[in-house]
Amino acid sequence: MGNRLLRSSTVSDRLFDAFVYAYAAFVLVITLYPFLHVAAISLNDSIDTVRGGITIYPRKFTLKNYEMIFSYQHLGTGFRNSALRTLIGTVLGVISSSMLAYTLSRKDFQGRRFVSVFLALTMYVSGGLIPFFLLIRELHLINTFAVYILPGIVSAFNVFVVRSFIDGLPYALQESAKIDGANDFTIYWRIILPLTKPALATIALFVAVGHWNSWFDTYLFNSQAEHLTTLQYELMKVLQSTQSNVDYRARNMNEVMAHISPESVKMAITMVVTLPILFVYPFLQRYFVKGMTLGAVKS
Amino acid sequence: MEAATWTEKKTMTRKERTGRFFRNAVRSRWLYAMSLPFVVWVFIFHYLPLWGWTMAFQRYRPGRPFFEQEWVGLEHFRALFRDELFYQVLRNTLAMSVMGLVAGFVVPIFFALMLNEIRLMFYKRFVQTVSYLPHFVSWVVVAGIVTKMLSTDGGPVNELLVGLGILDEPYPFMAKGKLFWIIVTLADVWKETGWNAIIYLAAISGIGPELYEAARVDGANRIQQMWHITLPGIRTTIIVLLIMSIGHLISIGFEKQFLLGNNLVREYSQVLDLYALNYGLGMGRFSFGTAINIFNSVVSVILLLAANGIFKRVTKESIM
Repeated sequence: MGNRLLRSSTVSDRLFDAFVYAYAAFVLVITLYPFLHVAAISLNDSIDTVRGGITIYPRKFTLKNYEMIFSYQHLGTGFRNSALRTLIGTVLGVISSSMLAYTLSRKDFQGRRFVSVFLALTMYVSGGLIPFFLLIRELHLINTFAVYILPGIVSAFNVFVVRSFIDGLPYALQESAKIDGANDFTIYWRIILPLTKPALATIALFVAVGHWNSWFDTYLFNSQAEHLTTLQYELMKVLQSTQSNVDYRARNMNEVMAHISPESVKMAITMVVTLPILFVYPFLQRYFVKGMTLGAVKS
Repeated sequence: MEAATWTEKKTMTRKERTGRFFRNAVRSRWLYAMSLPFVVWVFIFHYLPLWGWTMAFQRYRPGRPFFEQEWVGLEHFRALFRDELFYQVLRNTLAMSVMGLVAGFVVPIFFALMLNEIRLMFYKRFVQTVSYLPHFVSWVVVAGIVTKMLSTDGGPVNELLVGLGILDEPYPFMAKGKLFWIIVTLADVWKETGWNAIIYLAAISGIGPELYEAARVDGANRIQQMWHITLPGIRTTIIVLLIMSIGHLISIGFEKQFLLGNNLVREYSQVLDLYALNYGLGMGRFSFGTAINIFNSVVSVILLLAANGIFKRVTKESIM
């Protein structure tokens, strides 16, 4: 590789190289700096933070801000609900996507075309927020945990990702199982599921991140039920209480003070919400890169 | 085989055909069992809301049976088109979606091209892994980070600009309506560039190395190779993705606007979905809000069909 670098001898090529490397470094800095800044503030003494000037390392190191978090009573509840919906939602999402994808990959299945079109249409047409809200109300799902899980069980995009993966598997595997007397469910369970693991890992990641990151359903459907709050929703409430927003939301200065938590504590909560994702995604990289490419080709 | 069964079908009587259908259905009972429950699911949560569109033509009152609702025709649409706020909201939606579309296309393609030119593999892989990071972080967190970075007390951007002497005092970026569209677009670029580049990088890796060899023999330098080989090599991918995003042009969502906006920039931050949320749901005007949703969906579908039509002309292929 070093040789190749040396061989690109023209001045314009070397300038080009310099530009490319500088650009990549720039991308690294603007992507990482904000996260490091948030981490530094979360580890810095909250009164000292007010002085400003913190960059990417704490000036007065402390873990107090993280201890403070425990005094936010809703945060524990939010954590439990977020973790629970992520777990249940991901398991159900993977099962539904893989089952549907398998039936759609079977060329001898009569309903194949109908189900494909039926699913694909949902990617382009939606009833909109208000009809959806009223449906949820009709189904008595307001102020329930189920509203986090039920509406999102089937995702057309995920089904198509898994289907294009199954289409790439040799059909002979299914044929031979059939001859051995296996029924369609056994084939799905014993042969398809184990072989589609990479695709399933991809959509599991998509679904899990979606669940972990969502806050709007809590805001819209469950904001009256404190025991059903989620982590992102709590973070949203804490972060949105910045100066400019409080100006019109709070009626007097006392209320403002009650609502604003120290900057350092806010950043500590941000870190707690973000860290689980940071630990997981690099390990699944090769799966989701493949999954994204497959999904894009098919849909 | 397909052709054989087809001619067979043609000569069968109706009775034979139904019999065959049921025999087939019994044989694939497991396939039905594995798909039908989810089809019902999709019907309930994706198709039933479409029935709710009837509300836009009624003076909808909750709790009343469907047949006792009062029908008012297009009254809510007329009210919508008379509302001055609607045009402001439509302007914001279109402005932010067009800016998002352009930036969301140009920047990831540029990023993919640049990344492809890095020869140090570990550096390339590291930059790429880091570039995915913001995609996995929620908009709540990203909005918090953007607000923090641009804040007037101790925000790094202001400290940098003041430190360099470009500004005399911190500038209230988040309080300026005129900057809101740009901030939203840049936040989106920051969050999604690495992710959106995945597909382009995959397409680039599919270009045959012999093309580059040939170009090098002809004396093409690196920029020329990028311009004449890499870029044309991912042309189809670019077109397909472009047309798909045109279909979603107007339905840009509202998370960013909801989380980054505040009362000071409201004239520039309100988009169609937020308008439906605040003036429809928030005020209990379900019919009016539904009319907004319908307008949004219908425009999306028209844009998609138009884009698909143009695409068909250009490449003789359909994406739908």
